[in-house]
Amino acid sequence: MKTLGIILAGGNSKRMKELTSKRAIAAMPIAGSFRAIDFALSNMSSSQIGTVAVIAQYSSRSLNEHLNSSKWWDFGRKQGGLYLFNPTITPDNKEWYRGTADAIAQNLDFLYERHEPYVVIASGDGIYKLDYNEVIAYHNAHDADITVVCKDVPEGTDVSRFGVVSTDSEGRITTWEEKPVQSALTTINCGVYIIRRRLLISLMEQCLEMEWTDFVRDVLVRQKNVRKIMAYRMDGFWTNITTVDAYYNANMSFLDPEIRHHFFSEYPVVQTKVDDYAPVKYNAGAQAVNSLLCNGVIMNGMVENSILSQKVYVGNHSQVKNCIVLGDAYISDNVNLEYCIVESHTKIEEGTVLKGTPDNIKIIRN
Amino acid sequence: MVKKKMIAMLLAGGQGSRLGVLTAKVAKPAVSFGVKYRIIDFPLSNCVNSQVDTVGVLTQYRPLRLNAHIGIGIPWDLDKRSGGVSILPPYEKSADTEWYTGTANAIYQNMEFMERYNPDYVLILSGDHIYKMDYEEMLQNHKKNNADLSIASMPVPWEEASRFGIVVSDDDGRITAFQEKPKEPKSNLASMGIYIFNWSVLKEALIAQKDVPGCDFGKHIIPYCFDNGKRLFTYEFTGYWKDVGTLSSYWEANMELVDLVPEFNLYEDFWQIYTQTDTLLPQYMAKGASAERCIIGGGSEIYGTLCHSVIGANVIIGEGSKIQDSIIMEGAKIGRNVKMKKAIIAENVVIGDNVVLGEGVYAESKLDPRVYNSDLVTVAENSVIPSDVTVGVNTAIVGVTEKEDYPDGRLEDGGFIVKEGGRA
Repeated sequence: MKTLGIILAGGNSKRMKELTSKRAIAAMPIAGSFRAIDFALSNMSSSQIGTVAVIAQYSSRSLNEHLNSSKWWDFGRKQGGLYLFNPTITPDNKEWYRGTADAIAQNLDFLYERHEPYVVIASGDGIYKLDYNEVIAYHNAHDADITVVCKDVPEGTDVSRFGVVSTDSEGRITTWEEKPVQSALTTINCGVYIIRRRLLISLMEQCLEMEWTDFVRDVLVRQKNVRKIMAYRMDGFWTNITTVDAYYNANMSFLDPEIRHHFFSEYPVVQTKVDDYAPVKYNAGAQAVNSLLCNGVIMNGMVENSILSQKVYVGNHSQVKNCIVLGDAYISDNVNLEYCIVESHTKIEEGTVLKGTPDNIKIIRN
Repeated sequence: MVKKKMIAMLLAGGQGSRLGVLTAKVAKPAVSFGVKYRIIDFPLSNCVNSQVDTVGVLTQYRPLRLNAHIGIGIPWDLDKRSGGVSILPPYEKSADTEWYTGTANAIYQNMEFMERYNPDYVLILSGDHIYKMDYEEMLQNHKKNNADLSIASMPVPWEEASRFGIVVSDDDGRITAFQEKPKEPKSNLASMGIYIFNWSVLKEALIAQKDVPGCDFGKHIIPYCFDNGKRLFTYEFTGYWKDVGTLSSYWEANMELVDLVPEFNLYEDFWQIYTQTDTLLPQYMAKGASAERCIIGGGSEIYGTLCHSVIGANVIIGEGSKIQDSIIMEGAKIGRNVKMKKAIIAENVVIGDNVVLGEGVYAESKLDPRVYNSDLVTVAENSVIPSDVTVGVNTAIVGVTEKEDYPDGRLEDGGFIVKEGGRA
């Protein structure tokens, strides 16, 4: 009962192309049966954070559907619960959420009414497992005002889609670069922040007053010389899904048994909304090689190096290679797909041949 | 006062001894079926799909797994403010404390539970059949006939009729004779063990028959109602209904699920079957693995070759293994280069490398010929089979077995090994 969670799930990215035309990034399917937001929600739940606000805005219908009950992540207790905050018109506010800070500032009432001393702010598009209590312990040990979860990447990694920072010897953040075209920095901001609730309230009040809207640009960067902002470097797997390539690669990484073991077998495991589809069915002639298939899938053809979400149908003599097929897609007979992401509910007609390349993943939708 | 139109009483206390070692440690309704389900999921799902929202589950034999599975009924939406699911075990009374001695006796002992809901009708179900049935439709039929008791029934082959309660009815469906497991059946219309009673009729019959030892619906309550001139009707059911009370019928019913379009189809959105699942993982097929005519549960990691089999959740099948015509339940781990044919492997079994199961010629069972009378190899839950052994047909294995338990590395056809313990 000492920490409050906020998940920022309102964002969209042009670099996700058509994939986010019908859903928020946080609702993107991962590894077949999960959604991106499951990772942040499961981290909150397994860190004993019982009260979580999900702030949604862009294309939030499918996210709302996914969060139709808080019980899947063990929220929804008498103490605490899962709250979904969409933008709302009030007598003194007629704006959408204009940025990450604005989204929190517009929900200040929620922060006023709670009593937890700490807040974890996490983005809804990160794929990782982390005990936030360890970050809070680090935050206190370093007497920080704000702690930012970071991940070191090998030198030479393209960091142009990330925020990157550098730190002094103690770990205090000294430089910020947001999505630099080129940078020598190799410490990525993972978009997870620890801050005292009281401090967050005063920073958000300032944002409202000054009409500042972005949490990184207008809060962290502006405050870096007056507040002690520490970097907590996490071990283990972390990625986010802000571009089509990143989305594709994040999914494909689940074909690695070690990654599956990390998320699915090692306690605490990732939780998601329960469905009631029947087991995967392999009819005569079906073949699956190095692939993940979810409940409700019916296989007649062949899949290789691919991930099939719930209720996908693969017809006779069809070949699906290096593809991600989202829920309820119907692949007719004699279809040949390579390097594609097939949108949910898409029907692919008999005999269709569609091939992308590793550098140019094709998105298929009706 | 609470008022429920119809409540269900689900009899789930039986062992199901004809499933042999599969029910050595678990009640039959809790035995897993069709990869991710347990047998009791079918009547429970039927209840919620039929808008019956108050269900008493009567447990007695080995109830732990059932209790854990049902919990407060969340998977079936039976976690309700009024009604929902209640587990009803036998309990101590100030005098005459007894176990549930028969099906009707069990219901009689829960009179108070039924009275709490003040129902018009009571639906009696058993937890050991695989079927989808709309009890609401049966109730409409019951009302239309102005019946006191309706018995769901379906035609069975004549040669099997003497295993069942048999009803004889006139053209309107009114029952004119009832025979419990008759030597010479007068019809082939078998009772499915699904009854709708008017509550007042049931209550009166239970009280009148309360001192009958082992009071049973088929043997006592139905004949009592019939003899007292009550209006008994059949509700003829024509859909899929499968008794999975024997090892071979259990095996067959599972295998039917892998047919191209199974008669009992779990892939329809209509009339879903709900079950308790932990988290939902995708299922992994490795390079070099293959599966044909199989259904496989989430979280399973397949490195071997599968043909015509039913594989539960979180099962691991090692490289080079060949599995055929088998049922492998949740959490089992099968080593490398295992050859398996016609086996039922219960939950959390561990099988070593290079094991051969189901190789041999049929021989009468040395354990119990009434239970083990097919080619099946049956391995009880939590058992362990060491590497490099061969197991013959019509065999049973329970517990942690070691190489020394297999003379010349082999368990003979019709043989068995029963050892204490099991892996935790």
